[in-house]
Amino acid sequence: MAAIIQTENLTRRYGRQVAVDGLTLEINEREIFGFLGPNGAGKTTTILMLLGLTEPTSGSARVLGYDPTRDPLEIKRQVGYLPENVGFYDDLTGRENLRFMAELNRLPEARITEKIEEALRTVGLNGEGDKLVGAYSRGMRQRLGIAELLIKDPKLLILDEPTLGLDPDGTNKMLDLVHALSRDRGITVMLSSHQLEQVQRICTRVGIMIKGKLVAVGTIEELAKRKLGEGGGMNLEEIYMRYFKEA
Amino acid sequence: MWTICKKELADHFSSTRFLILFCLILMVALVSTYMVATNIRQVLEGVSKPSNVFLLLFTTEGKFFSLVQFIAFFGPLLGIIMGFDAINRERQHRTLAKLVSQPIFRDAVINGKFLAGVITVSIALVSMMLLLTGMGLITVGVVPGWEEIGRLFVYLIVSIAYVSFWLGLAILFSILFRSLATSALAAVALWIFFSFFMGFASDLVADALSPVRNPRDPEEVVANQRVSDAASLVSPAVLYSKATSTILDPYRRSRGSVMIVGLLEKLSMERFQSPLPLDQSILVVWPYLTLLAALTLICFGLSYVIFMRQEIRSV
Repeated sequence: MAAIIQTENLTRRYGRQVAVDGLTLEINEREIFGFLGPNGAGKTTTILMLLGLTEPTSGSARVLGYDPTRDPLEIKRQVGYLPENVGFYDDLTGRENLRFMAELNRLPEARITEKIEEALRTVGLNGEGDKLVGAYSRGMRQRLGIAELLIKDPKLLILDEPTLGLDPDGTNKMLDLVHALSRDRGITVMLSSHQLEQVQRICTRVGIMIKGKLVAVGTIEELAKRKLGEGGGMNLEEIYMRYFKEA
Repeated sequence: MWTICKKELADHFSSTRFLILFCLILMVALVSTYMVATNIRQVLEGVSKPSNVFLLLFTTEGKFFSLVQFIAFFGPLLGIIMGFDAINRERQHRTLAKLVSQPIFRDAVINGKFLAGVITVSIALVSMMLLLTGMGLITVGVVPGWEEIGRLFVYLIVSIAYVSFWLGLAILFSILFRSLATSALAAVALWIFFSFFMGFASDLVADALSPVRNPRDPEEVVANQRVSDAASLVSPAVLYSKATSTILDPYRRSRGSVMIVGLLEKLSMERFQSPLPLDQSILVVWPYLTLLAALTLICFGLSYVIFMRQEIRSV
């Protein structure tokens, strides 16, 4: 298994405040990696550094073998990033939004329509493609966000709080979708969240980040053994709270 | 960049505020030019062998203002409404983070937006000019010569550059301010200051720098006036109106202020003067044109640098 994301002592300071503190992390191919932590723990900053949207203060990162500070364009070409609370052009339809993204990714004109239809089908919005995005529900918007990423055939998806603010039904659909993408297409997924029970459902490995520091990485079983002892159960929430109190 | 430019163009032409403003400007321009045209026609009957009549259509003051003054005044608004929400609207709708995480250079966003604005302004001004020219042809019945067409062409280019300055300024504000209302207000405030209050401001500067102690001393008065003129050149509105009025008036030989004369007097006075050729007219206002271009570039350059360095998060 090859490492898709590799960081080495990645650090970002804003003035005197340290947002990300010496992050060393490896994410392998075909994993669904859950990136956990309270708000303001530095998850989004890490993601922005991985995409080359923010310069690290020190340390280095490789994403798909590229250096984000040197080759951000190559990374952006192959990585689908869904920002927290993603926005759309509300006065355009779902299809038009997708077409704009496809054009920005320089897809050949002949393939754009086909790709749009395929992406809409995958996320289950093919009946809704010609409605204005302004009329979409929150769950639909999030799924449209995923569709936008699928258009470029990503090798890696980085999802920032993909289930935030969704109702239980929307959340389930979203998680199933992510799970299916990873299973059927072999896409590596890194998703940040603070909703633990969902992460537990689909993630193969998790990392817990608190106050800029990565305090634990591993499968849920490993972490459970470490913190709760043998036979202590597998509740991620409990594990998380232990780490949180220690920090 | 072209993708963004294309989308912005579509946005501009379908946006209600652009259409409203454009229709308003077009209507006022048509009405006032029509009044001027009929006026010119009457005056022309008493004059033999007039020259450069066609340009008078644009420079003569009708009931309120000449077309050139009108454009100098409302053109900026056109630039402002297209630029004031260029970047911060993307922030508010949370599309900026998405946009910059696509495989495009970050400057493509701002270049595309600026270019789309300039194209829109060009289309708007050129089509308006053509309409007015057509109407002038019909009502006045004078065919413009090549020289006059050349002058109008230069005028158009300068006007587009002028509106682009305001567009660049508005985009700069849209980068600096998070809120749409703040950036719109800031741009409009600057517009009002430069168009209305520049005269007072430059007088103030002049009085401070070279006060007139004795109003009868011509040297002091002249020195005061010189400083005031120089100070007012800070305003792109002043630069623009001085530049275009010279370009459109072949009889104007200097950049200084001129006497205001009526239409008939002007026509009859012109018979004793020979007009400047177009290139000489341009030469007269060349410093103004360079200054205007420089201001536009500074504005755009500043937006460019700030946008490239700005953090994308904190949306």
